[in-house]
This record gives sequence, structure tokens and C-alpha cells, in this order.
Amino acid sequence: MIATALTFATACFSIGLLLNLWRLIKGPRHSDRILALDTMVINAIALLILLGIWQGTSIFYEVSMLFALVGFVSTVSYCRFLLRGDIIE
Amino acid sequence: MPYWAELTVIIFLVIAGIFGLVGSFGLLRLPDPMTRLHAPTKATTLGVGGVLIASFVNSFGLTGVLSTHLLLITLFLFLTSPISALFIAKVHLHLREKPENLPEPEPETGWASYAAVGPTRGERDFPPETPSEQVLPDTSH
Repeated sequence: MIATALTFATACFSIGLLLNLWRLIKGPRHSDRILALDTMVINAIALLILLGIWQGTSIFYEVSMLFALVGFVSTVSYCRFLLRGDIIE
Repeated sequence: MPYWAELTVIIFLVIAGIFGLVGSFGLLRLPDPMTRLHAPTKATTLGVGGVLIASFVNSFGLTGVLSTHLLLITLFLFLTSPISALFIAKVHLHLREKPENLPEPEPETGWASYAAVGPTRGERDFPPETPSEQVLPDTSH
């Protein structure tokens, strides 16, 4: 039964990743593109953890922690670049 | 794995998948940028939280050891998601909206984001403060 639920959740997050990619290409403004990238990072973390459940390993926890850190820092630095014209002042 | 753990994992996985799909669909379908901000920052974060709880219960059911990494990831995501939303909203407000078109805030408070003194992009004509022009106190005697 867990395999069926895993397939369902993986399908949902994969479709979500494709929808985010659509918004990233279509998004008319900068804020939409940043938001789409941020959501793509979150969906990718969910897919990594689902892969960890599937394979029964715990190595993907560290990977997803690093992914979350890099995603947050990239979102904030992109926003700061757009707002202030500089990242580290 | 015990039956209750398996059932909990299944329930959380299904809830997480539905929330993640709804969040991404809302990002695509909602009409304007400020409403689009709602869907991913709330629904998708809740979806990832569900996946993390499912993985937590799964690893506890398989090995009997509580894993603290997953709680750390959940805490980090739930802390950083509102900050990202705030920054994206500020980008939209400063680059695309005019203060006259926004709803009127409480009297004598104003919009704090526009009241900040620091330079924003496109509006960087403040004269630089040079220390040589400051009037220093007379210390000669």
C-alpha cells in the first residue's frame, strides 16, 4: 500500500514541478519568476524525500537540507539584487 | 513495520500530494501577482511538511530510531517560507506598484516599506554622506 501512496505523491509533485516550469516560462514579471523558482526548489525537496522513502536510505536528508539552504539564499539574493541593485553592500 | 505506522505514512503521503498539487496549480491559475503569492508559500509548504512527517514516521517504523534531521528540515522550511514571501512581495511593491494605487493604511502610519530611508533601485539619487562635511566639535582647547 505504501508503494501506491508513494506513486500518487510522486505523480502529484512531478505535475506540480511541470506547472511551476510553465509559470517560470510564461510569468510576465520578475516576481512571478522568483516565486516559480522558489516553489520548484520546494517541490524538488519533496521529490528527494519521496525518493529517500522509496529506497529506504537516509542519505537524502542531508541533500534536501542543503537544497533548502541554497534555495532560500538564492531567492533572497535575487530579491535583494532587484530591490537594491546590489547583494552584499 | 506496524500497521498504524503504515496507515499514518499513507494518509500523510496522500494529503501531502494533494496539497502540493493544489499549491502549484494555484501558482499557475490565480490572476494577479499578489494573489499568486498565496498558493505556493502556504499550500506547497504544507505539502512538503506532510511528506517530511510521512518520512519521519516511516523511518521510525522501519528502524525504531527517531531522526532529528527531518524535524530540522521542517523547521527550516517553515521559518524561511514567510521570509521569501515577504521579499517577493516587496519586489512586486517596489518595482510594479505606485504608492498612490495601494489601499490607504491607518492614518499617521503609512506604508513602512516605502518609508524606509535606504536607496531602492531606480531611486538612488540621495547625496552620499561624506564625513568631511560634518561639523566636528571644537577640541582645540
